[in-house]
Amino acid sequence: MRLIMAFLLALIATPLAAQTALPPAPWADRQLVDPAQERKAKALMETIRCLTCQSQSIADSNASMAGDMRSQIRERIMAGEQPEAIRTWLIARYGDWVSYEPTAAPILWPLWGAPLLLLGLGLLLLRGRIKRRARS
Amino acid sequence: MRKLLIWLPLGLFLGFIALFASGLFQPDDRVIHSRLIGQPLPAFTLPAAASDRPPLASAQMATGQPRLLNIFASWCVPCAAEAPQLLALKQAGVPIDAIAIRDARPDVDAFLARYGNPYARIGLDARSAVQIALGSSGVPETFVIDGKGRIAYQHIGDIRADDVPMILEKLRAAQ
Repeated sequence: MRLIMAFLLALIATPLAAQTALPPAPWADRQLVDPAQERKAKALMETIRCLTCQSQSIADSNASMAGDMRSQIRERIMAGEQPEAIRTWLIARYGDWVSYEPTAAPILWPLWGAPLLLLGLGLLLLRGRIKRRARS
Repeated sequence: MRKLLIWLPLGLFLGFIALFASGLFQPDDRVIHSRLIGQPLPAFTLPAAASDRPPLASAQMATGQPRLLNIFASWCVPCAAEAPQLLALKQAGVPIDAIAIRDARPDVDAFLARYGNPYARIGLDARSAVQIALGSSGVPETFVIDGKGRIAYQHIGDIRADDVPMILEKLRAAQ
């Protein structure tokens, strides 16, 4: 009984390391009125990485900082800023790390080249097979 | 040629094993540093976060003398842990300004009354906007700002007692 009471009390207690004393930012969890703008904001938020929960996008994260970033992105899109400009602005602050969208930087060339390479290998293999079958 | 080619899948497989194994044993650095080191502080003007300290604007940071900009919050536990070190730095004559993240004035007042107040000015960043503009990824963080208002160094996490000489060194280097 005492254990159950302790558990119930623990449920209503405020966590000691809560991340904020404030309610979430105005546009953190509220969609923009214009559906086209909201679509743009959402697409950007899904490819921006959360600084607190580093394996989540800010669209998926419940961290307060992710909420503040969502709110800021929605406000800036509402003000007419382009999503890619916001992404560039964030990359200038946090590095390529903050964006899930791969860039054309030389370090990523193998990433872009791999599909072509594999396709080429596959075609070569296929050609060999067809030739062999034609011969037999 | 054909004989060699037959070993290719095994070679690739072993290569991947080596790659993943090295990832397992390498210490994982998840600290994200600001890319603005060496660049001027982004422009901002913030309202006052505490009752007895003036507000903070970026223009006030270029004073010809290096200073510290501490990013903290009253709800942040490691910020309380670094308070004695900040007080020691203030004792050593270092000017320290601060930005309180997602905070409220009564909470900041209570925090400063409890852990001491080493700050000259404190700005309130209720929506983390300045924190994001600074490329800061959490609290606490401490920036060394040189006399021209440029970011010279970023310390991520709380300042431990053995970090203090290093911070003083960075301040000297930013002279």
